[in-house]
Amino acid sequence: MRVTADREVCVGAGMCALTAPQVFDQDEDGVVTVLAAEPGEDARAAAREAGSLCPSGAVRITE
Amino acid sequence: MTETTTTPPSGAPAFPTDRTCPYRLPENYDTFRAEEGTLHRVTLYDGRTAWLATGHDIARRLLADPRMSSDRLHPGFPATSERIKGFRDRRPAFIGLDPPEHGPRRRMTISEFTVRRIKGMRPDIESIVHGFLDEMIAAGPPADLVTRFALPVPSMVICRLLGVPYADHDFFQDASRRLIQSPDAAGTRAARDELEEYLGGLVDELRRNPGSGLLQTLVTEQLEPGTIDREELVATAILLLVAGHETTASMTSLSVITLLEHPEQLAALREDRSLIPGAVEELLRYLSIADFVGSRVATDDIEIDGQLIRAGEGVIVASSLANRDSSVFEGPDTFDVRRGARNHLAFGYGVHQCLGQNLARLELEIILDALLTRLPTLRLAAPVEELTLRPATTIQGVNELPVTW
Repeated sequence: MRVTADREVCVGAGMCALTAPQVFDQDEDGVVTVLAAEPGEDARAAAREAGSLCPSGAVRITE
Repeated sequence: MTETTTTPPSGAPAFPTDRTCPYRLPENYDTFRAEEGTLHRVTLYDGRTAWLATGHDIARRLLADPRMSSDRLHPGFPATSERIKGFRDRRPAFIGLDPPEHGPRRRMTISEFTVRRIKGMRPDIESIVHGFLDEMIAAGPPADLVTRFALPVPSMVICRLLGVPYADHDFFQDASRRLIQSPDAAGTRAARDELEEYLGGLVDELRRNPGSGLLQTLVTEQLEPGTIDREELVATAILLLVAGHETTASMTSLSVITLLEHPEQLAALREDRSLIPGAVEELLRYLSIADFVGSRVATDDIEIDGQLIRAGEGVIVASSLANRDSSVFEGPDTFDVRRGARNHLAFGYGVHQCLGQNLARLELEIILDALLTRLPTLRLAAPVEELTLRPATTIQGVNELPVTW
């Protein structure tokens, strides 16, 4: 699994940091950052959920 | 003008219509659920027609579609009430802007609403919640839960975050209520004038004597360098102040009603407090208090699911119906605190998804936990059928909730 986040598109809703805190964070400006671009087995389900919940389409998950 | 639930002359059913139960959808919404498809024609209060999106999937696609505009000044924008027109002669805050203007303005505020910043507010929110409960309990039952608790809690929380003096709550709670509930455009405009004057004065004061909070940050980082002007800053302040307390206040009252009316669900929460965050999601889904927020106008022809939305036509994405889409939520009319689904659309979707959603989640979690602990015998002091519900045209809720314990 490969995780990317488009910081230009992000609207700072925080769904990713809420749902998969092992994989995503928000920087001081509130914009998404990826903590684990290739998350381990235990974080993949949450990363997938974060991908489906992201309202702006910033979070992308490639399997 | 009165709302009607009968079929209007255009043949398309009326939307929105009033709830008769605080936690059930209006009965005539079953029409949309029974019909084939997830995009319907509806008649608005003024006789104009609009599209109503009722399915979860189409709702998400439309709310994320850049051809769907939030511009309330657009002649095709679907007004769900006369009140909405009271905003039309004013520059909108970012909720009424489209990309590319929208993004930079929303971004000016998001650093205050990150998951981490909101988590850091927990001790403050707990102390506010328990403070108002102390006062309500000391005054003794019965009490109006709205004025004693549901409204003041989020009101004080958003005041702290923004840097608005809570001492002025009588004024801005009243003006906020008129802003979102006035039956006509003139009432909305008057409330908005008063809030503009009040928050404009506060902004001027912050320029002379800097304080703390998000408004101060916006003054220092955006207004003074000239990125935004005073009018825009004041519009943003009104949006954040009003949205920050009216919504959570409504969710608190309706959540209490819903839990008391579902004693087995309430018992489950009482037994296992770890269910509370999931219960908050379920309450958000089940209650879906802000359908009108999903109003948009198409700026281009949109072909979707075999239908054509023409440029200039109004579209309303009904989160209340999308949140009861049986293809996404099993047994959608059942209130189940263990469902724990976060993919509801109570906060919307797309670039306008609620900025304060994680604050709302935390407030509601703390509120439910505190009520379970402090008022284990809490009950309604009037039958639920006798409560006066707000009309369909505004944030769903009650203006009074008599309770006892």
